[in-house]
Amino acid sequence: MQTKHWQQRLLTLPPMSYLLIFFAVPTVIMLFASFRYAGEYGGLAPWYSYEEGKLAFDLTLENWQRLFETDIYLRLFAKSIGYAVLTTLLCILLGYPLALMIARSPRKHRDLLLLLVILPFWSNFLVRIYAWMIIFSPSGALTHMINSLLDIFGLAPISLMYSPTAVIVCLVYVHLPFMVLPLYANLEKHDPALLDAAQDLGATRWRRFWKITWPISLPGVYAGSILVFIPVLGMFAIPDLLGGTDGIMIANVIKQQFVESRDWPFGSVLSMVLTVAAVLAVLLGAKFGQQAGQTR
Amino acid sequence: MSQKNRALKLSALAVYAFLYLPLLIVVIYSFNDSKLNAEWVGFTFKWYDKLFHNREMLTAAGNSLIIATSSAMIATVLGTLAGMAMYKYRLKVLPGLVLAPIAMPDILMGVSLLLFFIMLNMSLGLISITLAHITFCIGFVALSVQARMSSIDRSLTEAARDLGATPWQCFRKITLPLLAPGIIAGALMAFTLSIDDFVITFFVAGVGSSTLPLQIYSMVKIAVTPEVNAISTLLMLLTLILITLVARLSPGALRS
Repeated sequence: MQTKHWQQRLLTLPPMSYLLIFFAVPTVIMLFASFRYAGEYGGLAPWYSYEEGKLAFDLTLENWQRLFETDIYLRLFAKSIGYAVLTTLLCILLGYPLALMIARSPRKHRDLLLLLVILPFWSNFLVRIYAWMIIFSPSGALTHMINSLLDIFGLAPISLMYSPTAVIVCLVYVHLPFMVLPLYANLEKHDPALLDAAQDLGATRWRRFWKITWPISLPGVYAGSILVFIPVLGMFAIPDLLGGTDGIMIANVIKQQFVESRDWPFGSVLSMVLTVAAVLAVLLGAKFGQQAGQTR
Repeated sequence: MSQKNRALKLSALAVYAFLYLPLLIVVIYSFNDSKLNAEWVGFTFKWYDKLFHNREMLTAAGNSLIIATSSAMIATVLGTLAGMAMYKYRLKVLPGLVLAPIAMPDILMGVSLLLFFIMLNMSLGLISITLAHITFCIGFVALSVQARMSSIDRSLTEAARDLGATPWQCFRKITLPLLAPGIIAGALMAFTLSIDDFVITFFVAGVGSSTLPLQIYSMVKIAVTPEVNAISTLLMLLTLILITLVARLSPGALRS
């Protein structure tokens, strides 16, 4: 018993202390920073002063008030949530048939088909954005094709680059594997006998899908949705490179506060709101997933 | 039935094309003898040649290798311990701490670590980047090791203990060899994640030190050049090799 306790500590303590120091503590520091004043030259001002034997704290709610002074930031949050929802829906639309196809192919092919979904996800993130910069570029073939089509109908040429459309397409591209994997993990476990029984009882293909496959797969849909929604909500690189001014999201403002304007306290406020939004999304998704798992 | 199967297969094929065509375009243009990523002019290796003479790029590649190797090694040790602990004991705090860095948006870890390092008066550079990379790699190693642990037959270790092996002998001679594929797969994933990371590195790198993704970012920000295609192709090749190895060693690891 004594050795067991000792063993558990030996295994648990090193990773736990590392993650406490480099993950939990920085998050608390960020919360704290959101109540501090910005430094004269950016960064943070001292949070306490000690003069004539008196200790004084220099903390403020100003940064949080600034969040509500204009509706710019709240609207940007709403817009980012909108982008994340749209991306999630498009990922379901594209990912579902793929996951279903893999789950219904012969067992020996499944691992390879799945690996083919995973591989692009592991190639460099910037490279995947860069690929879309080439595709959407004004001199690219796609833009040429669309514009010559528009020209036939006498419509003005469009630019694909630096638009919300470019951002959404790339967001879907980058996050699609996150949707396919949990969906496949769920669909793979379905009992084919259920579909056979429904067919014997005269249910059409469409009815079989909506009455059997879809409801049973809901926990997988929710799991995939969380995995897509959260990283999209905090994305800054894709809007930064493909979005122009119309396509920016909340994380672009966070990056701007930390890098360009160096207003760290306000950047921390926005980051804390994003943290809360992400945690809420996880809890909500987990709750729905559980309910869907129970009621089937 | 067959009609539906065909429709399903066609749509799946279209999605595969959507996943691979963009990457293929990057690869093809890396061999194109033109400054623009537009028309095909002719085959060339000159962008690769230019790349190997670009000193900034080579320094960045060197930095990336140093950071990825050291953070993968440390994250593998810590992640293996965490994975074993998560399998063996009913823990409350550790699984949350291991999963949270994976679940949260990257930018949050980037900015909070920036605040943390500055508060400690640490200068930003290779060390701060490595410390940050270890943080997000631990979880991936832990999940890989945990998955492997659950496939090990408990009766093997029990038999060893019955025959008088000490806990250390039992770990060294039985658990560790059986666990090895999971550990190696985790280490390779950590290496890949570290080499590829852009967002977190962007915040904790400071001014002096650059990594490959940071270098690509600053090049892409200015202009789209075929040199970026060349480095992208090489990075893709490296990732392809590493991930195929992981898939061979531990098919379950990638899915978590």
